[in-house]
Amino acid sequence: MRDLSLHILDLTENSVRAGAGLITIRVDVDEKKLITLTITDDGCGMDAELLERVMSPFGTTRTTRKVGLGIPLMAQNARLTGGDIHIDSTPGKGTVFTAWLHGDSIDCLPLGDLAGTFVTLVTANPEKPDFVLMCSSPNGSMDFDTRAVREVLGDVNLSEPEVSMWMLESIREELGPIFGGVIL
Amino acid sequence: MKSMAELEAIRQRTLQRINLRKEDESENIRVVVGMATCGIAAGARPVMMKFMEEINKRGLKEVTVSQTGCIGMCRLEPMVDVYLPGQEKVTYVHMTPEKVGRVVAEHIVNGRPVTEYTIGAAEK
Repeated sequence: MRDLSLHILDLTENSVRAGAGLITIRVDVDEKKLITLTITDDGCGMDAELLERVMSPFGTTRTTRKVGLGIPLMAQNARLTGGDIHIDSTPGKGTVFTAWLHGDSIDCLPLGDLAGTFVTLVTANPEKPDFVLMCSSPNGSMDFDTRAVREVLGDVNLSEPEVSMWMLESIREELGPIFGGVIL
Repeated sequence: MKSMAELEAIRQRTLQRINLRKEDESENIRVVVGMATCGIAAGARPVMMKFMEEINKRGLKEVTVSQTGCIGMCRLEPMVDVYLPGQEKVTYVHMTPEKVGRVVAEHIVNGRPVTEYTIGAAEK
């Protein structure tokens, strides 16, 4: 993966496939440039045996292929910076995926197009789930919740191109001042 | 700053457009982008974003963009399937945002697949 936003896209797809109704993506950067990525879902969750399997590149819940690289690749990139990942999961309740990366490490990937990732997720899954994006840095914070958008749109689908472009521009406008000059 | 009032205006415009859409959904065009780990790592997200941008720019009412998982040909990612009503599916491989404009103009708008970008050309 070329940037963190692509890891976030890939990992959040796991939450979508887990049948989540609400997925929250958090990106927090502190004054020491420690980046904390958290993806929380209320999907089907995993038991201890499955949790161990998903940490391995040769473990996957899919039947069409024998590898599952999303989590191992994220773990590798986090550890290269001196960070790590952690997964908390309860069957039937959901999963919390956390990754820590040291933003001042030469091996830390750039954040990338987080707004693009978020809008891609929403557009590709317009009916369900709802998504929340929360970001913070010493410069400020923002959040974006598709439930609020859905309330305004009524019967109009979140995947309508004009809606997607509105979300993209809204999120980009808000993210710029938060992460600009910090980790972008 | 984008406002909810703008979103409400988009809603009104979209509702008008939806009413103009063909009632039979099988008449609609579908663009399906591969979005598994392999597709994402190869650059599927900007490709999908470019399709949405082009479709929005051209005001194409009967086109939907969606995603699918890995179909086992990771070396050909990013892959995009285009379904036109009454025609066989066309699979584009090694897609880039730069190629999207031509696929939209020639295939989606004018019904002529861009043969040189398809899986058939890549596998020769």
